[in-house]
Amino acid sequence: MRKRVTAAALAGLLALATGACGSGDEKAADTGQVSLRMAVWTANEAHLKLFNDIASAYKAAHPNVTAITFDPIPFDNYTTTLTTQIAGGNGPDLAWILEGSAPDFVSSGALVDLSGKITDAADLSPAATKLWTADGKLYAYPFSTSPFGVFVNNDMFKAAGLATPAEMVKDGKWTWDDVVAAGAKVNAVEKKAGMVVRDFDYKSWDNLASVWSGWGAQAWSPDGKTCGFNQQPMVDAMTFLHKAIFTDKAFPGPGVAADFFAGQSAMTITQISRAALLKDAKFGWDLVPLPAGPSGKYAVIGQAGLGALKKGKHADVAADFLAFFTNPQNSASLAAYFPPPRKSQLTAANLAKSNPLLKPEQLQSVVIDGMASGVVKPSHTGQAELVQAVRAALDPLWKPDADVKAVLDGVCTAINPLLSK
Amino acid sequence: MSTSYWTERRRDQLAGYLFVVPQLAGSILFVFVPLGLVFWYSVHEWNVLADTFDFVGADNYRQLAEDPKLGGVLAATGLFSAGLVVLNLSLALLLAVLVNQRLRGMIVFRTIFFSPVVVSLVAWTLVWGFLLQDNGGINGILDAVGVAGPNWLRGETTAMISVVVVQVVKNVGLNMVLFLAALQGVPGDLYEAATIDGAGRWRQFRSITMPMISPTILLTSIITVVGSLQVFAQIAVLTQGGPGTSTTVLVYYLYQQAFQFHHFGYGATLSALLFAIVLALTIAQWQLRKKWVFHEA
Repeated sequence: MRKRVTAAALAGLLALATGACGSGDEKAADTGQVSLRMAVWTANEAHLKLFNDIASAYKAAHPNVTAITFDPIPFDNYTTTLTTQIAGGNGPDLAWILEGSAPDFVSSGALVDLSGKITDAADLSPAATKLWTADGKLYAYPFSTSPFGVFVNNDMFKAAGLATPAEMVKDGKWTWDDVVAAGAKVNAVEKKAGMVVRDFDYKSWDNLASVWSGWGAQAWSPDGKTCGFNQQPMVDAMTFLHKAIFTDKAFPGPGVAADFFAGQSAMTITQISRAALLKDAKFGWDLVPLPAGPSGKYAVIGQAGLGALKKGKHADVAADFLAFFTNPQNSASLAAYFPPPRKSQLTAANLAKSNPLLKPEQLQSVVIDGMASGVVKPSHTGQAELVQAVRAALDPLWKPDADVKAVLDGVCTAINPLLSK
Repeated sequence: MSTSYWTERRRDQLAGYLFVVPQLAGSILFVFVPLGLVFWYSVHEWNVLADTFDFVGADNYRQLAEDPKLGGVLAATGLFSAGLVVLNLSLALLLAVLVNQRLRGMIVFRTIFFSPVVVSLVAWTLVWGFLLQDNGGINGILDAVGVAGPNWLRGETTAMISVVVVQVVKNVGLNMVLFLAALQGVPGDLYEAATIDGAGRWRQFRSITMPMISPTILLTSIITVVGSLQVFAQIAVLTQGGPGTSTTVLVYYLYQQAFQFHHFGYGATLSALLFAIVLALTIAQWQLRKKWVFHEA
C-alpha cells in the first residue's frame, strides 16, 4: 500500500510539474468575449477614474471587450510582483513599465511590437521613445516622461534670511554650491533638513542621477559596457555630495527621515507629478529647475512606458486598446497627470490647463525645457541585479570618514562582471 | 461477497486513511508538490520575460558551488541564527522562571511578554524601523540619558544586532509560555527532597529544573533554529540585506535571485540548499537529544 501511495504521489507531482511548464503556451483564439487587465502602480482615484473613462469609451466601440480592469500594484515591489505574476502564468494583458526595467522588457521579446499601431506616431518625441525602441521597433509607449525639478519651501528660505530660489534663479545664482550653502544655512538656523533627494534614502541610488548629471557623470557608458562610477566626473560629484552631507549638513544624513511635503525640508528633488501632494500645503512653495553643476545646466527625466504583453491571451486586442489609450485625444487627457511624449501637446499653456497647481513658467522651465535636454535615469539589462550590486558597494560611502575614490572603485569592481554580461 | 472483502480489519484501515486524508492532501498539495517542483526548477534555466524554460542539468548547482557571494550569505545566516537562538532561548527561560513566581499581578507580566507574539510581523517590524532610525525613538531615549546612539540600521554590526533583537522581542513570549508550562509540570516534591538534602537554588535549577524541562528545550530549540533560518520580513523591511551585504541571509538572497533578478532556476537551487541545511540541523538536534534530554537516554 505504502509503495502505491508513493508512486501515485510521484506521478501526480510529475504531471503537475510538466503541466505547469506547458500551460503558459496555450493561447485562446481572439474570438468572442475578451476581458483585459492592465497592471499600474498608481492607486490614485483621479488617475483610475480617467483610465476607466477611457476604457468605457473603448468598450462602447468594441462590444466583444466586456471588461477592462486596472490593477494597482504597490510601487515598491512593482516589477517583482509583475514578473512573478507572469511567471505564475497569471500576467496582465498590459502593463506599465519603469524606466529601469525598460531594457529587460524591451530586449526579452516579452512585449508586442507596437510599430504601425500607435496613432500619429510621428508626433512622438524621439528622445522619449529611445529607451523603448529596439532594432527600430517600438515596444512600449512612454506615456509619462517626467523631468526632475526642485520643489522649494519659500517660507524656510525667508526664515533663514535667504533670497527665494526663484530670485536666485533669476540672478543666475542657482548652482549646486548655492543650493548646498542654502541647505546648510536652513539646517543651522532652523534645525530642519536642507535638500532631500526624494526616494533616495541612501538606498535607491539611481535617484542621484538628478545630482551627478550636473558634473556630467554617468553610472555607465551609453553602450552599457563601461563602469562610470570611478571616472573623474563621478568622483568629483560624489566627493561634493559626501561633503555636502557630512560636513556642510546640507542634506539629512543616512537614517534620518525628512519629508518636504510635510514641511520637514527646505528643498526636494522629485518629479512634477508630486505637485499633487502640495494641494493642502500650509507653506509657500515653488518649483524651479535643477541647479547648475560644474558642467553647466542639465535636466534628468524619469520615464514610464506602457506595453502589451505577448503572453496575454488577447495580445492583439490589448495592443489595439493600447493604441486607443494613447491616441492624441486620450493623450491630452492623460497629460493632466503624466507629461506626454507627443510634441504637439508639449506646450506650457497646454500643460498648465491640466496642472492647475503649477504656473506656466514653472512648466516651461522644468518640464518642456527639461524634456528637450534631459538625460534619462540609468537603466541596463539585468537592472535589478545591478541596482542591488551598486547599492551594496555604495553603502560604505555613507559614513563620515569614507574614502570616496576607494568606494567608487569598489562599485566598479562589483558591477563590471554584470556590465560585461 | 463484498462482506468477505470488507473485513473489520480492512474497514478499520479505511477509516484510518479517511481520517488522515485531509491532512495528507494538504501536505501533498502544499508541501510535497512544491518541494518536488523546487528540485525540478533547480535543474532548469527559466527566463520569465523571454518565456524560455531550458533544462540545464547541474549548471545551477555548479554556480552554487562557485558563487562568490554565497560564503558571506551563509556567514550572515549563521550569525543571525546563532544570535537569535542563544538570545531567544536564554531570555525565554529567564522570563519563564521570573513569571513562574507566585506573586500578585504576575499574569500582567505574562501578558506583556507574550503580547508581541500576536502582533502582525510586518507592522511590528515597520514600527521598529522608525524607532531604529538615526533620529528615531531609541536614539531619542539614549540622547535623554546623555548617550549618543549609533545609526542602528546603517552600521554592519549594529544592523545585525538590530534585526536579531527585533526578532527576539517579537517571539520570545512564545518560548516563554512553552518553558512556563514545562516549569509548572515539574513535581514540587523533587524540590522539597532537594531542599532536605541541602541543595541550593542554583543546584536545584541545574540538577532538577533543567533535566525535567529538557524535552521542552529540545522542542523550542528546533522550532527556533528552523524559524531563524526562514527569517525574511524583518530583513526586507529593516535593511534590505544591507548595509553592504551584512544582513543578506539565505532566504533574502534566495528572494533576490528568484524574484528580483528573475533567476528562478538559481533561486530554486538556493531553496534546495536551504532545505538541506534545515534538514541536516533538525536531524542533528534529534540525534543529539539522546545525550542531554531527560527520558531519552
